[in-house]
Amino acid sequence: MPTTNTAAASQAADVITEPHAPKKRRAVKSYYPRSFFIPTIVLYVVFFAVPSVASFYFSLTRWSLFDSHFIGFGNFTEFFQNPQLYTSFIHTLIYGFITSGAKVLIGFFLAVLLTGPVVGRGYLRAVVFFPVLVSTIGVGIMYKSLLDPFHGMVNAVLGFFGFGQPGWFTDPNLAIYTIAAVDIWKGIGIATLIFMAGIVAIPTEYFEAARIDGASAWATLRQITIPLSRGPAATVIILSLIGGLRSFDIIWATTGGGPGFTSDVIASVIYKEYQAGFYGLSSAGNVVLFLVVTVIMVPLSFALTRKQVQL
Amino acid sequence: MTPARARAWSVGIIAIVVSLAVFIVPFIFVVLQASKDPADASSLAFAWPKHWQFLANFRAVLATNDGIIWRAFLNSAILTVTSVTIMVILAAMAGYVLARRKSKWNGVVNFFVLAGLIVPPAVVPTIWVLQRLHLFGTLPGMILIESTFGLSFSILLFRAFVGNIPRELDEAAVLDGAGPFSLFFRVVLPLLRPVVVTVAVVQAVFVFNDFAGPLYFLPGNEHATVQLTLFTFQSQNLSFYNLLFMDILLITIPPLIAYIFSNRQIVAGLTNGAIKG
Repeated sequence: MPTTNTAAASQAADVITEPHAPKKRRAVKSYYPRSFFIPTIVLYVVFFAVPSVASFYFSLTRWSLFDSHFIGFGNFTEFFQNPQLYTSFIHTLIYGFITSGAKVLIGFFLAVLLTGPVVGRGYLRAVVFFPVLVSTIGVGIMYKSLLDPFHGMVNAVLGFFGFGQPGWFTDPNLAIYTIAAVDIWKGIGIATLIFMAGIVAIPTEYFEAARIDGASAWATLRQITIPLSRGPAATVIILSLIGGLRSFDIIWATTGGGPGFTSDVIASVIYKEYQAGFYGLSSAGNVVLFLVVTVIMVPLSFALTRKQVQL
Repeated sequence: MTPARARAWSVGIIAIVVSLAVFIVPFIFVVLQASKDPADASSLAFAWPKHWQFLANFRAVLATNDGIIWRAFLNSAILTVTSVTIMVILAAMAGYVLARRKSKWNGVVNFFVLAGLIVPPAVVPTIWVLQRLHLFGTLPGMILIESTFGLSFSILLFRAFVGNIPRELDEAAVLDGAGPFSLFFRVVLPLLRPVVVTVAVVQAVFVFNDFAGPLYFLPGNEHATVQLTLFTFQSQNLSFYNLLFMDILLITIPPLIAYIFSNRQIVAGLTNGAIKG
């Protein structure tokens, strides 16, 4: 990719006939017009910023889309007192941290494997990335069949080897973790890709020096690869947490938040309350999700990017 | 065989066997299910179809609900192509100015770009805005929503990439008499081709696979997108697992084709953005 870019760039650079004087910079500045932002700003304000700000107001109301009654913090007390809603808050945290943590660990492991000397590397890279492309709803339906407690293939195999046959999506204590596992299966390709890019970018001199010093593969991994993968790790953590905390599709396609409400997350509560016509409560759910995401993401991304700079 | 070669082979073979179980078997399961007759498919067993009726199922899916899948594919195609086009052009313009113009406002702009990436969209208030604009439940409304939600990520990738294009190039074009618009659209944008491909394919796969967006903002059968057909299939035809899995198979094909044709560029473009961003 960079080859076409630099080739064209150097070609065009040949056109320069005389070296530019420093004062030209100022003149050139107006060639980057602020008006280029206008369409983006319009879309962003109308369809993102206004609804986001409005959600704060409407979360304090009983709302029918046509008229709204101000009721103070009623929706929020409802949210945190009703166990059906409150547990979704806990599930969101569990789900977000499990998927994010697993994607970092497994993604890094796969990236080390797939950047090292292995047979069938091209095939393995392609196959790990493939689920990223498949529709989330499709993956959900597929796993619902594969993990069916009575007829599913996974339990058939487990039964054949004499293991227990859990109700993956039907056991209230297990459902949320099963969904998290499916999410990891589907999203691991992106994490692996980011780690692979980071490992490939490490100067090969480091690895050569380690080899000359007679470092073991494990020492090389611990002293070179892991410390230099902090940047990609930060990216993976941030991206997968953003996705995990607001996850909805995969949950809706597999359990719909059930059994009961044992796998409900905030995003699915938002949808259920919307369906039931409780628009104010639904918006309160949105505000809660907003607060959860910002309270976790802002300090975390500060901490992670600072570490990156120290490298 | 050297020890290193032997290791590469043994690790590779283990990895391939594991990958077959973890990634290939589920995919084969989908194909097998899509080829069975209804009774056979509803047993959910990983087994060879008793009656191989792949083509019959294919035709049956296309005919279900007065051929809703055709309309869904058309709707999804219009939605995907239009919103990705809008996203690419607007994000390229914004990312370009953001990378080039050093001003005190850049911090503010970057903040809002990141906010757009992190903050989950407020669902019902967005419906409220769409209703006010008479865009709720319409394809143009959905297109604008998808375009907006994809802007932040696209801007980040474009900004990272524009940083790699030498500024001298702009100055040369300006000395040759290019105005701001022709500088961007005729000189810079063609150089952004690699990242345009990355953004276009990644966002196209995302919009095409989006379920929550159309679920909220585009209700009604005449506007159904392909993901929603899957969902209605699941809730209505529990006795037709074969058709449900055929539908999954059909819906997976477009993203797969897009990926196969642009695999290398996507990987390169994404990693460029991920490291720089």
